[in-house]
Amino acid sequence: MSVPTDRKYLESHEWHLPEGELIVLGITQFAADELTDITYVKLPRVGDRVEAGKPFGEIESVKATSDLYSGVSGEVVAVNDALNADPGLVNRDPYAAAWMIKVRPAGPAPLESLLSAADYLSRTGH
Amino acid sequence: MLKRTPLHSLHVSLGAKMVDFAGWEMPLYYRSILDEHQQTRTSGSLFDVSHMGRIQLSGPDAQRFLSRVLTRRVSDQPVGVSRYSLVCNEQGGVIDDVIVSRDAKAWTLVCNASNRETVLGHFNRVRRAESFDLDVSDQTEATVMLAVQGPKVISRMSEAMGADLSAMKRYTFQNLSVMLVKLTVFRSGYTGEDGVEVILPARMASLAMKMVGGKLDKPDATIKPAGLGARDTLRLEAAMPLYGHELSEGVDPVSAGLSWAVDFEGSFIGADAIRAVRDRGPAARLVGLVLDGKRIARQGTPLLAGGRPVGQVTSGTLSPTLQKSIAMAYVESAHAAEGATLVAQVKGGELPAHVARLPFYKRPAQA
Repeated sequence: MSVPTDRKYLESHEWHLPEGELIVLGITQFAADELTDITYVKLPRVGDRVEAGKPFGEIESVKATSDLYSGVSGEVVAVNDALNADPGLVNRDPYAAAWMIKVRPAGPAPLESLLSAADYLSRTGH
Repeated sequence: MLKRTPLHSLHVSLGAKMVDFAGWEMPLYYRSILDEHQQTRTSGSLFDVSHMGRIQLSGPDAQRFLSRVLTRRVSDQPVGVSRYSLVCNEQGGVIDDVIVSRDAKAWTLVCNASNRETVLGHFNRVRRAESFDLDVSDQTEATVMLAVQGPKVISRMSEAMGADLSAMKRYTFQNLSVMLVKLTVFRSGYTGEDGVEVILPARMASLAMKMVGGKLDKPDATIKPAGLGARDTLRLEAAMPLYGHELSEGVDPVSAGLSWAVDFEGSFIGADAIRAVRDRGPAARLVGLVLDGKRIARQGTPLLAGGRPVGQVTSGTLSPTLQKSIAMAYVESAHAAEGATLVAQVKGGELPAHVARLPFYKRPAQA
């Protein structure tokens, strides 16, 4: 298995990609495959605050429901509404089209403590 | 160490995601649960169900013994016919649900993988306690069992086996010899679709795959492999109970809506307790629910009426066919009428849940 090296990860399978001043969040293909077909994604609203280490949403599949965790603290400035109508996008294109939220981080160097691609892979045993 | 079916390496080579199910390493899906679900509803799917228990009973007392351990009458069951039945304890609680088939010299009982040891233990205790003269033989690991399900399966399999399976009635079976292999074909299944289930010797597993024919991984194949994930969503749409969800030793057949599988005149183990439930009426009943929105009410989700708990969900999913959130649940009888609206307490919210007619899905009548 491989994961994009342009972003940072949580052990709970969320990726964090810098985009200018913002951080884009989503989940890994491994997580999507484990969940199986995704049926529902609950995301925060624009203007909501997210906190590092805390859930920012929920994801459901035919098999399971699980929390989505943020690795950064800050304000939600964009939400991917496409996941409302087509939650299966997370299974098909988890690293691009199925991004979930964009966050304006509260402090400097927000991704420093997160896992690199290689660390994520070794932590999750793949 | 997880048990593996004789088809394990085939599953892996087809790219299956393997999971632990009742101590067996089984395919959850190959492509996607939804894709495999639709494939089954529109064409055909092949499920490896070799993990299910296959118990053979024979000997002079076999029929009398089965009349004791099964809720359904067996004395009038013709050779060549299968019946859905229940194994109950003295309290009327369900130990397992099974399919029992009568052949000329023996009976075959297919039970849940998770209950195989329990059922065998129960049978051996009853046999000893009541001195029945019969052989109970566990054939599970000596055989392979496949379920081939979907609207195009009967014609495709008839071709492959050189036998007209369309003439078989539902819940009948026949012994065939195909390419010198003896196998038993049952017209039954657990998906709500037409189809067959096939039992054959374990060493013939790879031959069985050839028999199904074609390349299973070709995109346009009539019959493609499907995993336990789709099997679960299919059976839930068809409102077929699953042990550990709708059935347990804490539930009796009447509450589970399975009175049709009970011989109320019988003297099987649990008969008195089950008759008593029928006479006084069950306190709670198994119902279908359709929920507003796309969120799923999973097993254990509390159900409320007037702010008071009146039931609990046993299985829930987003129905791939109906595109609705569906569930089965035990609900106090006073709140179990079709059309009643309850509140499902899912994680982080409350959803209106409407008691609905079961099954959620019925296959279209054959043209």
